[in-house]
Amino acid sequence: MRWFWIDRFTELQSGQYAKAIKNVSLAEEHLHDHFPGFAVMPGSLMLEGMAQTGGILLGEKNNFEHIVVLAKVPNVTFHGFVVPGDTLTYTAKLINESPEGGSVEVTAHVGDRLVAEAEIIFSHLDQSGDFKHLDQKNFVFSIGGLLSVMEVGKAGA
Amino acid sequence: MTPEDIFTKVRDTLVDALGVDDDEVTLEARLEADLGAESIDFLDIVFRLEKNFSIKIPRGELFPEDLASADAGFVKDGLVTAEGLATLRKKVPHIDLDTFAKDPKVENIKDMFTVQMLCNFVKNKLAA
Repeated sequence: MRWFWIDRFTELQSGQYAKAIKNVSLAEEHLHDHFPGFAVMPGSLMLEGMAQTGGILLGEKNNFEHIVVLAKVPNVTFHGFVVPGDTLTYTAKLINESPEGGSVEVTAHVGDRLVAEAEIIFSHLDQSGDFKHLDQKNFVFSIGGLLSVMEVGKAGA
Repeated sequence: MTPEDIFTKVRDTLVDALGVDDDEVTLEARLEADLGAESIDFLDIVFRLEKNFSIKIPRGELFPEDLASADAGFVKDGLVTAEGLATLRKKVPHIDLDTFAKDPKVENIKDMFTVQMLCNFVKNKLAA
């Protein structure tokens, strides 16, 4: 299993906003334990999907030259359950961007229903002294192809 | 904008960024030791101040950077040198360096990061 919590980008306006979708399937094993007899998409994994959407939005702004990591979630609110068969749409807006990192506001919808919203701050690891030795090529985006996820979005456009 | 207005907005900024209660945010409160700020919170604070006061804060302008790096030559035996202090006075005039100069250990600089220091910075910035 790969740690991808978005399936496809559907829209990307560089430096402004991104939309990605996540199809929730009963085939996902964690849903059988969360909870037995009542399958609900875990809020933590929705937050991960929101962070991946926003993180790629920020990374793309800088041509993926920085190692973008989730640093802080000042606010997150969950408004409702997400169940197998639902398609989550994550919409991330880039609010701040600087050499040290950036911040996004992200919503999660199922259809017109708002199910979660969050504010997320990212840090550019390569800008904080301890990690200067790391390869500048972004490790998140170079592993196994989140970038190719974006290309699927482009191809479908 | 009056000093009281600036303080109120700075206080609201810190309540949002650090999740503290508004009565904890006094002018003397230190961001790390009293309000529990961690390194990433400083970036959050910068973003929020920029938004709340409609100002732009270039990197290193509010919180000094590279103070302790060996090649800067501002630190000797863990103490900030006279030359380092002179440079800091120019670069970060909003920090209370007179108090810091009495015991200029590098690690003490963080105790100078107070709510008052943020208010000073915003006041200077708005006047510029």
